[in-house]
Amino acid sequence: MKAKVTVMLKEGVLDPQGEAVKHALKSLKYHEVKSVRQGKVIEIGLEETSRKKAHKSVRDMCEKLLANTVIESYEIEII
Amino acid sequence: MRAAVIIFPGSNCDRDLLSAFRLAGHQTFSIWHKETELPKNIDLIALPGGFSFGDYLRCGAIAAKSPILKEVIRHIDRGGYALGICNGFQILTEAGILPGILQQNIGTKFISKVIDLRVNNTSSTFTHHYPSNGIISIPIAHHEGNYFASKDDLKILHDKNCIAFEYIDNPNGASDNIAGILSQNHRVLGMMPHPERHTEIAHGNQDGFPFFEGLLATS
Repeated sequence: MKAKVTVMLKEGVLDPQGEAVKHALKSLKYHEVKSVRQGKVIEIGLEETSRKKAHKSVRDMCEKLLANTVIESYEIEII
Repeated sequence: MRAAVIIFPGSNCDRDLLSAFRLAGHQTFSIWHKETELPKNIDLIALPGGFSFGDYLRCGAIAAKSPILKEVIRHIDRGGYALGICNGFQILTEAGILPGILQQNIGTKFISKVIDLRVNNTSSTFTHHYPSNGIISIPIAHHEGNYFASKDDLKILHDKNCIAFEYIDNPNGASDNIAGILSQNHRVLGMMPHPERHTEIAHGNQDGFPFFEGLLATS
């Protein structure tokens, strides 16, 4: 079983990398770009057969290490 | 003081820090991050600057889970002194010892230069050898030094006189120009600038020396 964790900066937290990417896209004439937020994706292979248990365990991992919940939010997808 | 400097893979200011402690007359110990015990009667634990674990995931996030951190937290819970400089500050926030987090600099660039700081709290063990509201010049060298904390945390920092150092000319976008903060008991200090880099005559400026000298006066 695999888990895919997406970590993003929370709404309202300034994202300087996202801003830089937005400016670069604008300079490529993509005038329709309104905003860019950059995050990260972490894939975790798990020796687990219960989706429920996998989800709980990955949530623990997010709280303990993978995300810093002061500024980041996370989403877990079990694949 | 008996000062222990913790070394992580990727730390690169540990020897500068040990040298600054010794110059001010402290007894020093180097401790590898995988150790699970500290030497007896350590007064202060210091987390040095650098790029622990290559800054993977988030700066300081992996170091904050190192085995020795349990001892660091135990030492702090007992009321012991602790200091985190640059990456050490990032580790202290990631370990939840100090509030907030160090985000990427607002200009997205790594900044390495000497900057002016106001010493905002001159009563703490770390800062009591500086004159009240004195201005000192010491170097910064970081990519993630933009201090961010919730409104509630910032209020507590102000109310409890926990803001140790403020930037005169904010280089990185830090909330309220914060360059260094103290824990509520004023015994733990995290700061982005490097006082250890301005301690000797050969450094061209010794504004960092009173910092280490002041610690000696406490022990």
